[in-house]
Amino acid sequence: MSSTTGAGAPHATKAPYDDFDGSIPTFEASGGDWDEIAAEASEIGEERIVVNMGPQHPSTHGVLRLMLEIDGETVKEARCGVGYLHTGIEKNMEFRTWTQGVTFCTRMDYLAPLFQEAAFCLGTEKILGITDDIPERASVIRVLMMELNRVSSHLICLGTGGNEMGATTIMTLSFTAREEILRVLEAVTGLRMNHAYIRPGGVAQDVPEGIEDQIRGILPKVRGYLAQLGDLMLANPIFKARLVGVGNLNLAGCMALGITGPVLRSAGHPYDVRKSDPYCGYETYDFDVPTSTDADCYSRVVLRIEECYQSLRIVEQCLTRLESTVGQPVMVADRKIAWPAQLAIGSDGQGNSLDHIKEIMGTSMEALIHHFKLVTEGFRVPVGQSWQTVEHPRGELGVHLVSDGGTRPYRAHFRDPSFNNLQAVAAMCEGGQVADVVVAVASLDPVLGGVDR
Amino acid sequence: MSENDKPSGRDEAPVGPPPQAAPHVDEAQGPRQNELVSGSEGRSTLEVVEVREGMFGAHGAGDTSGYGGLRRPVAMPGAATRPYGSWFDEAVDLLAEVLEEQGLPLSTALEFVVVDPPGDHAELTLHVRREYLVQVCQALRDDQDLRFELSLGVSGVHFPHDTNRELHAVYHLTSITHGRRLRLEVSVPDVDPHIPSTTSVYPTNDWHERETWDFFGIVFDGHPALARIEMPDDWPGHPQRKDYPLGGIPVEYKGATVPPADQRRSYS
Repeated sequence: MSSTTGAGAPHATKAPYDDFDGSIPTFEASGGDWDEIAAEASEIGEERIVVNMGPQHPSTHGVLRLMLEIDGETVKEARCGVGYLHTGIEKNMEFRTWTQGVTFCTRMDYLAPLFQEAAFCLGTEKILGITDDIPERASVIRVLMMELNRVSSHLICLGTGGNEMGATTIMTLSFTAREEILRVLEAVTGLRMNHAYIRPGGVAQDVPEGIEDQIRGILPKVRGYLAQLGDLMLANPIFKARLVGVGNLNLAGCMALGITGPVLRSAGHPYDVRKSDPYCGYETYDFDVPTSTDADCYSRVVLRIEECYQSLRIVEQCLTRLESTVGQPVMVADRKIAWPAQLAIGSDGQGNSLDHIKEIMGTSMEALIHHFKLVTEGFRVPVGQSWQTVEHPRGELGVHLVSDGGTRPYRAHFRDPSFNNLQAVAAMCEGGQVADVVVAVASLDPVLGGVDR
Repeated sequence: MSENDKPSGRDEAPVGPPPQAAPHVDEAQGPRQNELVSGSEGRSTLEVVEVREGMFGAHGAGDTSGYGGLRRPVAMPGAATRPYGSWFDEAVDLLAEVLEEQGLPLSTALEFVVVDPPGDHAELTLHVRREYLVQVCQALRDDQDLRFELSLGVSGVHFPHDTNRELHAVYHLTSITHGRRLRLEVSVPDVDPHIPSTTSVYPTNDWHERETWDFFGIVFDGHPALARIEMPDDWPGHPQRKDYPLGGIPVEYKGATVPPADQRRSYS
């Protein structure tokens, strides 16, 4: 290519001091004496300083690093540094079977693990060509789990967002509400996070008996906590003074930066993958997509609270469907894909189904071989690639899967909404106050586990 | 339905729609010099992305079966022929029309078109020549009947066996207006891993291109600041490439030693 040769050809990484001509005085605060630096800076009369915020700052939602160039209290430039939580999950998934992949991707965005699982499984099922064969009950359970997870994730966003502004009550209240939901998730999956519950072909295990009543029992409580949160936040003059008109990002900005989720909806676009490209049967559920046109941090809080109520509406519809599908399968009928073993409650709380062990160890050699092959080797997925997106609490989560016909993904890529949305930090913070940076970042709700993967 | 039959069947004789009058995009396959597998009906050429050896997938043990010498090329789904089905024909025609107006024939801009996976959930992939990527993106975004206004990022794939096309960059575009999804794929050789940046059309691709540079070493020319994003700035190599080792150490547990994941027996 002609454009890639010759002088001035773009090269990858610019050396840090390429343009440095020695005319700008620079000070490094690390390990130095702050008094000396301040004295030198005041001599020059230059108030623009670069402040490094994070990666160990309590207001940056984990290990986000913000580099702020400030002039007095005004942010002149804001840049993000990410990668501190990069663990190579995508690379690791290339060395595990398709079923094992679920246990890895659930750890990406640790506040919304079930969404990664669902997206990965839907993408796998698309290449397998079994999208339409997933039993109804499995899809209902997936929707139920995702919507409960959406509420618990939004609660964290609201709670930590409040905590970062000093409103500890908001945090304790939302964590209490989240606890109710985590108990349900634990009853269904056995774990409070990192569930690995949704599997290619269905879900790992049917929901336990009586879960409908347990969920019905917590719904009024969660609604009550949400109402309390609303009372604490939405009319609070201090809260509104911090949030209204802050972190503005209009619709054009959202579209250019590929922002999705509550931030896009706060700018007035009712884009929700559950409505525009339904999966897991979302087109059959009755729910609304709340929007606002204020495009500020306050409207995003309002939308998240409203979305929680909508999710609880979906949960109620799921409960009715769960009761009408009792006893139906939760795994695809194809025995070449479906996980062979079922779990049962043993003396240790959980264990393998004794009936299944009796069958493979006592009566059927073929069943034993089949179990062994499927568990150790896994199933093969046809050559090809797929792209599947789901509506994650933070926006549109996309999964790009490539199969080479083997038992492991050739490539698994997750387009995490937090990763993409962090690009908006510069647009939302520059020109504002330093204190508004915390509010603006909280309204994006980045989860660094998902950002860095 | 036996799913296990599917891969082997599709590896060697992909079933496509019956051959039609050759579409203009077919001309684009002429200059491709890499190893090609001739498919049966419909899909004329397939790109070899992997070579599978042996019969049972497991390696490292003594071969007593005689099947260990088997070598089978694995090919990604090849070029589709008209009709593509669904809204795909309409969209490709529209794109051809828009590019034609700008004096760029579709067969020049695109290498070929893939429709995969088969069935109701098929997805459209346009393999774009890198020189015309930005122009194609611009047309897809700006034409009111195409209007792919939302880019969901870039991901890379490394196919070491796809000679002279080792590195693939995959762009995921969404049209909220028309409710459509489309994939652009650009293939470049390992020795010249340059692709023009699409940040002028989709500013959101900024970080995604940085990530693809970081993990695959694809250089996006014209990107405003193509620095590593996940790995440290001084990191050697590009970790998601297939020739980059996974790493890991053996773990001892209750007297047994578990080797790292990339050294365990595998069946791929």
